[in-house]
Amino acid sequence: MIRLEPAMLASLIAAGAEQVIASAPELTRLDQAIGDGDHGANMKRGCEAILSKLDAIAVLPTGQAIKSLGMTLVMTVGGASGPLYGSFFVAFGEAIAGGRGLPEDLAEIFAAGVAAVASRGRSRAGEKTMLDVLVPVLETLRDDTGRPDLLQRVRATAAESVKRTAPMLATKGRASFLGERSVGHIDPGARSSCVLIHAICTHLEAHS
Amino acid sequence: MSDTVGIVIVSHSQDIAKGTADMVREMVGDEVKVAFCGGNPDGGLGTNVTLIAKAIETVWSPMGVAILVDLGGAEINSEMAVEMLPPQRRDRVVVCNAPIVEGAVMAATEAAGGSPLEKVRSVAEELSAS
Repeated sequence: MIRLEPAMLASLIAAGAEQVIASAPELTRLDQAIGDGDHGANMKRGCEAILSKLDAIAVLPTGQAIKSLGMTLVMTVGGASGPLYGSFFVAFGEAIAGGRGLPEDLAEIFAAGVAAVASRGRSRAGEKTMLDVLVPVLETLRDDTGRPDLLQRVRATAAESVKRTAPMLATKGRASFLGERSVGHIDPGARSSCVLIHAICTHLEAHS
Repeated sequence: MSDTVGIVIVSHSQDIAKGTADMVREMVGDEVKVAFCGGNPDGGLGTNVTLIAKAIETVWSPMGVAILVDLGGAEINSEMAVEMLPPQRRDRVVVCNAPIVEGAVMAATEAAGGSPLEKVRSVAEELSAS
């Protein structure tokens, strides 16, 4: 069961941010293959900014706190991933602030975030982007919320979905310039989404 | 000086943004307000919503503002900066789908003649018609 008590919000955010920072070299490596090589550094900068103001963020009501971390990413990341991840969390936070409850409405709240990413990037699943992880994870949340093994299922979906981006042809973002040459590499944005989702699952498993 | 559409140039590289603005001033003159920004919040290659918002503010005109961008992140970050403007200004700022250097020169030339925002945008975007 997923619970997001205010008291654990700070530690959950920190766990996600720290894991992304730890993965920065890997994200950079992936992005050097098919992008401009800045995804790791950009995500690291955004996550460090979140950690530096975590105390102020975590005292806010849950929806506001998640919106605030989204805006922090928008303002500090410095690449396309800032507005993309930022829009996800702003919409996620707005859904909670608008009355959706955790854990029961998690799938709908997550769906609001996914819709914001799709709209911001004018993209959809199948185009070798972070949506290729977020959309399958949303489907798992829709199908399996309430199951005792939800977190394991989410984790597995995210991991499998990243691998599935390798054979995809990029049609969005910098990788699209590579055309056929983008095939064979997993997408850095899909990988960072997976890193974040895994970190959150791990933290929730350890604290539930 | 009567109002003209303002021009904002957003590149991942501050050098490219500045060079493009220099070309606009050289080729079009000073009657059009031009602002530029480039670089991520640490000063490396990238774009920065805060700097884009400031650049829009610098050249703000009731006629509106046309933004020229280089690559994907510049476009998305520019759209984000526009959305964060006060609602009455948001509709008067457009991100042009045009090559940054040629688009900026064409947009500024059109703006210098006093054309409205939509005309400035369409002239810049003719360059990317394929």
